[in-house]
This record gives sequence, C-alpha cells and structure tokens, in this order.
Amino acid sequence: MDQILGNISLLFEFPIVNVKIVLDGIMIGALFALAAYGLALVWGVMNVKNLAQGDFVIAGGYVAWWLEQHGLPALLGVPVAFIVLWGLGWVVYKLVISRVIERDLFTSLLATFGLAIMMAQIMNLLFGSDTQSVQLEYETLYFFDGFVDVPIAKLIGVLMAVALAAGVIVFMKISRMGQAIRATAQDARAARVLGINTEKVYAFTFSLNTAICGAAGAIIVMVWVIQPFYGITYSIRAFVIVTAAGLGNLPGVIAAGLGIGAFEQYGAHIFGIGYQQAVAVLLLLLVLMVRLVQQRRVRQSLK
Amino acid sequence: MSIKKIILYISILAFTSAAPFLFPDFRTQLATLWLMIIVALTWDMTGGQMGYNSLGNIFFYGTGMYVAAVTAIGLVYDVGDYTSAAGGGINDFTDTQYFTGIFLGSIAAGLFCAVTAVVIGYITFGLRGPYFAIGTLGVAIAAGELVSNWDWIGGGQGITLPVYPGDFDVGKLFFYFLFAGTGIVLFIFLKWLYSTRFGSAMNAIRDDEEKAEAMGIHTLRYKLTAWAMAAFFVGIVGAISGFQLISFEPLESAYQTINLGIFMVICVLLGGKGTLWGPVLGAILFHVFKEVTWNYFLGWQWVILGALIVVTVVYFQEGVIGWLMRRKPEWFGIRVESKDQAAAGAGE
Repeated sequence: MDQILGNISLLFEFPIVNVKIVLDGIMIGALFALAAYGLALVWGVMNVKNLAQGDFVIAGGYVAWWLEQHGLPALLGVPVAFIVLWGLGWVVYKLVISRVIERDLFTSLLATFGLAIMMAQIMNLLFGSDTQSVQLEYETLYFFDGFVDVPIAKLIGVLMAVALAAGVIVFMKISRMGQAIRATAQDARAARVLGINTEKVYAFTFSLNTAICGAAGAIIVMVWVIQPFYGITYSIRAFVIVTAAGLGNLPGVIAAGLGIGAFEQYGAHIFGIGYQQAVAVLLLLLVLMVRLVQQRRVRQSLK
Repeated sequence: MSIKKIILYISILAFTSAAPFLFPDFRTQLATLWLMIIVALTWDMTGGQMGYNSLGNIFFYGTGMYVAAVTAIGLVYDVGDYTSAAGGGINDFTDTQYFTGIFLGSIAAGLFCAVTAVVIGYITFGLRGPYFAIGTLGVAIAAGELVSNWDWIGGGQGITLPVYPGDFDVGKLFFYFLFAGTGIVLFIFLKWLYSTRFGSAMNAIRDDEEKAEAMGIHTLRYKLTAWAMAAFFVGIVGAISGFQLISFEPLESAYQTINLGIFMVICVLLGGKGTLWGPVLGAILFHVFKEVTWNYFLGWQWVILGALIVVTVVYFQEGVIGWLMRRKPEWFGIRVESKDQAAAGAGE
C-alpha cells in the first residue's frame, strides 16, 4: 500500500514522469487501436465476434521474429506478416468462420475461443513458451534531461502503424472492394441484390482483419515482447476498445486505443508491472459497466 | 416414476458406488469425471436452461478452492505465516483439524461463491448474449491475475494444503465419494428444480426475456438465484478439488480459464444443451476423449482439444441428446404428427 501511494506521489513530484508514461501509452495504444479496428471491421460487416484476434497479433509477431532469426531484416517482417496472416486468415475463414456467420453470436464467440486455444498451443509447440522480442539497432532519443527516453525503434513502429491505418482507411473509402465491404455492412441482403458477392466480401474482410493484426504483431515484437499465451489479453483489449467506442466509429476507436494504452501504463506504474494484465481486464469490466448504466437509462441492455 | 426408471436409477447408483472398487487404478480419473459432470450440470443451469452463456463460471471454482484453503488453514494457523513458510515447517494438521477443515471449508466456499455470484450477477446480468460471456470471462481472468499478485494467500506460488491423513488409497476413495456425493445431490436437486415453477421461469427467460418480464416474472431475481445456486455447487467442488490437488496455484489450476472453464461449456454442447442428461453424457464423452488424446498425442493434445471445441461448436451444437431428440422424439415422450396425419387433420 505504501508503495502504491509512493508511486502516486512520484507522479506529482516529478510531472515529467507523466509525459513519459503518456508517450509510452500512446505508442503502444496505436497498436491496440489497429487490432481493435480489425475487430470492429469483422464485427460490423459479418457480425462475428472474434476472440482469436489477439492470437493473430501474436502469430504476426512470430513471423517477424522468425525472419529475424534467419538473418533477414526485421522491418521486412511487417509486410511479410501482413501477407502470411492474410493467407492464414483466408484458410481460417473458409474452414471455420464462414460456417458461423449466420449462427447466433455465442457460436462465433465460442468457435473463435477454441481457435484461440489451438493457435496459442501451436505457437507454443513451434516456438516455445519463452518471451521473445526483436532488438532493432537504433539509438534512443532523450528529452527533458534524460527523464523521457524515446527509442527510435518505437517511433518507427508507431509511424508504420499510422501508415498502415491510413492505407486501410483510404482503401475502404475509395476502392471498389472497400465500397462493397461498407455496403455489405449496411445491409447484406440489399448488397446481394445489387450484385455484390457477399461471400467474397466476407472472406476478404476477414483476411484483411487478420493481415492488419499480423502487421500490428510484427511491430509489437520490435517494440515490446510476445509470448504464445499473450493473445487473449490483446483480444480483451480489442474488445474494450470496440465496446467503449462503438461500432463504425473510427475516431472513437483510435481515441479509445490511445486511451487504454496510456491507462495501462499508468496502472503498471502505480501498481507494479505484475498487474498490467489485470488492469487491462478490469478496464473491460469498467467499460461494460459504464455502457450498461448508459443503456439502463433508456431501459435497454447491451446485446 | 415407472418401475423401469427406478431400476435404471438404482443400477446407476450401484454402478457409481462400485466403480472405484471395480477399477481401482482409475480412482482419481473417476473423481475427475464426477468433477466434470458437476461443473457441466451447473453451467447448463444458466447456459442451457436460462440462455445466459457464461464463460466465467471457473471463477467460482478457483474462488471456492481459495476460500476453503484459507478457512481450513485459518482455523489452525495464521494464514500469512503459513503461506510465507510455503509448507516448510508448519503444516502439521491433526486428523480432526483436517476433516473439520474440509467440511467447514467446503461450506464456506459454497456460501461465499453464492454471495459473490449475486454481487457479480447484479452487475453483469444487465449484459446480454456475447457481452455477458465476455464480461464473465473478464471477471475470471481478472480474479486469477489479482490472486497471483496477492502475497497473503501465496501469490503466484499458490498454497500447499496438508495431505490426506491415513492410507493413500483410502484417500483416493474419500475424494471419489465426496465428488460423487456432491454430484448425486446436485442431480437430484436439478431434477426437482427443473420440474418446478422456478424451472419454467428460467426457460421463459431463455426463450424471450422481454415477454417473460411482461408476464410478471422478476427476471433479475430469477437470474441471480439461479446463478447463486450454480455458484454454490461449483464453489464446493472447487474446495474439494483444492484438497485433492494438495498444492495449487492461481493461473493454471485454480482460475484455469482455458482448461476447465471452457471444457464445461464443451461438455454441455457435446451432450445437449438445456437437458438434464445432456451435460452428464457430454462430460463422460469429453473426459474419455480427453484422456485418450492425453495418452496418445503427447504434446499435441491441446491442439486436438481446441479442434474438438471448434468442430463441436460449428458442426454438432445440438449435442447427442439434441440429435436423439430430433431423430427419435418418441423416446422422449414427444409425439410428432406424421405428414399424412397432419394432412388428414387439416382436411377434416
């Protein structure tokens, strides 16, 4: 308890520490926002709640790590993870997801949970249960007399995340496929009547989602660590963000992603690093409760 | 009840009592089988009968384990001292202390879990469908993480409880009959419960919650009571499991979200949701399947179990009993008009 109070008072004594925590949070939050955007996309377009989201992120991380182990430049991992996870997502869609779209939501939730267990275990068998990361040979920038350190590797990661997000948003706005995806999200039946092959749109959307996750994972392995069983926490974070922001609310997803990143860093600073996972999960409960109170005011429930 | 049914039940009861003596090598296995049956039956209370699919019932298992351990230790020693000694030095329990520990610990675990279920349920039952599932999953994961950071009850190392005083084989029998007894009591209780107005109200909530509320059913009260009853039994088996395991830690054995927490759902789906015998049958099938994969696919057993989950959910969600009900409705006392009869009825 004393330690917690001490950590809190440290924040007030040295306000500059806040800058470091918020910067760290925003950098990692940008990656959470990417995974959450993919989840919101799949959720909105085909009404599938994907609990394996985090495991696709981790899988992407292992692709980049594997490349680095074999002497290839780590930055190449981002596009390669994008492509590999695109393929994996397509296979998963054809085998599992395409069969649960029309079913009730618990079915998709449970099926993807089973998928998450499978993926985590396969990665555990292939790569071992140690935490892994890729070290980039870049310098670290120091601000405010060394209180705030920003590794250039992290900066590169954030820039790549921003570039990826911008690419996806532009793609959704102008390309024919992006229009078809948005049309299917609005009304799948009407889209079918107008000659859109919704089956193709679904497969494309899911593959795009896993590819985004994979690229995010490839960035995460460069700025943080990955482990086969970390996936579920990323899934939960993605759920927190989407639940807080609501579907089809892109600025909200970005804001919530950055916010949860900063919140988690504060939690880790105040309670200690051991509580980081717990803070992420407790945030989910907090968000659900707030949303619930909002809904109760109009006598409705979260469905 | 017909004579046939009475004979059936008596023979099942006889087989249950004889099983550990007929297969002495599998006593722990059989005890685990009863554990699976109990958690599957309790999951079905909310999941199958009431339509609230919880992924966090494992929370009560872990909490029951810890509450019982703390009660049993607290009766004799100071809990903080005991856990910081980590079994080194002060874990002498007399026979009386051990058995009162198990008894009072299980009761305390059951009651504590029932109360927690009401508290958590009050928050989460406003959530529907997938949000409820994710919310309860969040509760279970958060509890595991918090307990593993709580040094007073052993932190990430967990707790080591005293070993059963007396013969090793008798100990196995003791735990088998504790599980079996709880299971039989639970089964009889549920058989009675589903035949009462309460059971009908639960089914009404599953079928259409808005209409049920409009009919004057106080849905929140029913949901909370049902979940508290489920939590009571899960807490008790959690407590017994703690003493059977002897040593347990929070993430892998107490709050095992991805093991038992998901297994209980699969047991129910495999056997048939919303039926009394479905969870029992599903638990037996699943347990046998699990043990076979554990023995023959060393290393890959988890992947195969994950695949079983996906296949069950995607292709065989009606379960064995649901499938039988569709194919042989007359076995369940359901009369189905054939097409000719229906046409004749329409013609009259």
